[in-house]
Amino acid sequence: MDLPTIWFCVIAAFWLGYLFLEGFDFGVGMLMPVLGRDNTERRVMINTIGPVWDGNEVWLIVAAGATFAAFPAWYASLFSAAYLPLLLVLLALIGRGVAFEYRGKVDTDHWRRTWDVVIVLGSWIPPLGVGLLLATTVLGLPLDVDGNRVGSAFEAFRWDTLLGAAAVVGFSLVHGATFLALKTSGDLRARARTLALRLLPFALLPLFAFVALVQWRHGSLWTAGLVAVAMLAGPVAWLRLRADRDGQAFAALGVVIAAAAVVLFGALYPNVLPSTLDAANSLTVANASSSPYTLTVMTWVAAFGAPAVLIYQGWTYWVFRKRISTQHIPKVHVPR
Amino acid sequence: MEVLELARWQFGITTVYHFLMVPLTIGLSILVAGMQTAWVRTGNERYLKMTKFWGKLLLVNFAMGVVTGIVQEFQFGMNWSAYSRFVGDVFGAPLAMEGLVAFFVESTFLGLWIFGWDRLPKRVHLACAWAFSLATVASAYFILAANSWMQHPVGVEFVDGRPTMNSIWAVLTNNTALAAIPHTIAGTFSVAAAFLVGIAGWRLARRRGEDEHREVWRSSLRLGAWVGVVAFAGLVISGDAQGKLMFEQQPMKMAAAEALCHTEQPASFSVLAVGDVADAQCEDVKTFTVPALLSFLAHNDFTTEVKGIEDLVGEYQAAYGTNYPDDPALGELAGQPIDYVPNLPVTYWGFRIMIGFGALSAGIGVLALWLTRRGRIPGSKWFPRMVLGGIATPFIANSAGWIFTEMGRQPFVVVPNPTGVDGVWMFTAQAVSRVSAGEVWTSLIALTTIYAALGVVEVFLLRKYVRGGIEGVMPPKKPQGDDDADQGSGDDALAFAY
Repeated sequence: MDLPTIWFCVIAAFWLGYLFLEGFDFGVGMLMPVLGRDNTERRVMINTIGPVWDGNEVWLIVAAGATFAAFPAWYASLFSAAYLPLLLVLLALIGRGVAFEYRGKVDTDHWRRTWDVVIVLGSWIPPLGVGLLLATTVLGLPLDVDGNRVGSAFEAFRWDTLLGAAAVVGFSLVHGATFLALKTSGDLRARARTLALRLLPFALLPLFAFVALVQWRHGSLWTAGLVAVAMLAGPVAWLRLRADRDGQAFAALGVVIAAAAVVLFGALYPNVLPSTLDAANSLTVANASSSPYTLTVMTWVAAFGAPAVLIYQGWTYWVFRKRISTQHIPKVHVPR
Repeated sequence: MEVLELARWQFGITTVYHFLMVPLTIGLSILVAGMQTAWVRTGNERYLKMTKFWGKLLLVNFAMGVVTGIVQEFQFGMNWSAYSRFVGDVFGAPLAMEGLVAFFVESTFLGLWIFGWDRLPKRVHLACAWAFSLATVASAYFILAANSWMQHPVGVEFVDGRPTMNSIWAVLTNNTALAAIPHTIAGTFSVAAAFLVGIAGWRLARRRGEDEHREVWRSSLRLGAWVGVVAFAGLVISGDAQGKLMFEQQPMKMAAAEALCHTEQPASFSVLAVGDVADAQCEDVKTFTVPALLSFLAHNDFTTEVKGIEDLVGEYQAAYGTNYPDDPALGELAGQPIDYVPNLPVTYWGFRIMIGFGALSAGIGVLALWLTRRGRIPGSKWFPRMVLGGIATPFIANSAGWIFTEMGRQPFVVVPNPTGVDGVWMFTAQAVSRVSAGEVWTSLIALTTIYAALGVVEVFLLRKYVRGGIEGVMPPKKPQGDDDADQGSGDDALAFAY
């Protein structure tokens, strides 16, 4: 494999890591008003992701940084052409990150309710926007010969990209509910599990529809196999959840998103950002990549850096592996 | 060219705002790690209280630093796509390294530190504090290497109309970066130092003698004051080194810092000016000067010639043209004359505000050390006002310094390196994205509004925790200090939960 292709795979892997790890973060936040019946339950939910959400979010930052380093033209065209969806994601992530940290710093209901709204909005908007961005990457934008967008600021909002947005939202919901079933105990766990069982058959449909659409438009034989894997892993997740095996269900959902991500990027290759105006304007792995020297340097950095990240992030999950429930939540302790 | 103006304002606002949180995070996280080390080594409860109190303020600030930083990672592509395409081959590498090497460590180990008080062995927990605080320094290093490349591009050749990296080593050891890093890190310590002195000094003075945690505040104040004084020495030395590099690499910025119209030999250093420094008739501006000092600052020699703006404009026009290219991408600026002179009032006063407020901050530190010598607690009502006001001074100096650095390189976004490769430079006007003004207006207004609102919340929370003192950050039942993790029945409440 040549270096640009390797880096295409690395960036796909960062996106996959992001979708998998922040998928349940978003799901937890999205479900907070549904599953959290009182403040303590909502605190249990937030604390299932408390120590890890920040590290999970860095996967998005590094996906963007790696794109800048390895495919500057892709980075420049996608983020300037899909300006508004990206802006929405950024605004939501700003609010959400602050909300986690600030919510418990003042002991009044009004204060908590305000930040809960921010957490819920900050958990619904980013999967929508990220889904839109990824769908746009795979399905293309009206780009001129210089890689600039032709047309209005709303070119990224189409029915097929909105389907991609719904796909990420639906997956995040199911993934979050399953994660809560896996990480909590007691009453909350029972309700999270029931909800996951009810949601799963419907919430994964947009993802399957979107993957099928991408397969139909740009797919090849090997991606078809992965479409099948994604669609089979969904029912497996449901069955394992029903059999009370939360961990296996969670892993099966991991297979769903991994297979789906590989289909998306597999169908995209060798493009990195197709132009819907003229195929000659499309950005490809070959014409959008950095120089061989830069890619070599980055390959060395990633070869040492990425495994280290996996090791210490894995260790974090191990340290905080215990289920938590309402009796683990300490009393609120704030000044006065 | 409305998009250009808007994009410049947006980048300026978001970056200056981000850099209010960043220096406090970097400086304070290292000091907190130091406090925790002192606690682990001595077992003295005072250091635990310091760790908890300053650690809590650190976290309130950290959250804002993180979320304002996210925007920066994407803003290059959103608003400056032509720039990103041009420099991505070299500029993207330090950014990606920052993410892979620093951001991951920072975010992961901060989570472990916040939630790990009763889950991790004491020493492992301490190691987490050092991991995230040193990662903040690492991320500063990478992003400063990227920024320094824009000021002084090295390690590249010019291939097919773009700079192409040929030495990552040259980029990461750019002399501009090696001077900028100590200067910036010293600046972060001066922010954290003033923060400690201001808050601890205020608490000491407010409840003289009756506060059972008096020793905590005294130790914090003395620590902060010493750090501030040492940091200022670091700022002076590294700032001098930067000035000498600037004289060679960015003579226009040097001239603009002094609003030096005509070449002088020897050149005098202007202390303050009366009148409009941007006036074309330099003779009308009265400035108070120190003879030959600028020559010394530029080249360690009292007789060096320092070039003035007028001569430099001629040199730039000869090298890079008198007019912008007739390119439709430049909009209204296409074919217009290029203004090679930075905004003189901003550069001239930015430079002086940076130096003045930096020195003021150090002066307050020295005064605080003197007033609290040998166990004294000053009774003057001016003392708490002085130290609280002192918190603002290094923030002002940092912002002024960065505004000077960045606005001093205009009209270039990538400044030509006098000893570098031909072609590796770019005008800011050529760098901006082809997006609509409406999009940039939307993001400018949205980001500014959210930042302003969150800034108010952060200050409110910091005030609340400062007033709450030690009792506000230590739950009544202290966590076990055992070396073993994970003991207990499993039904114990967590030591910390959001």
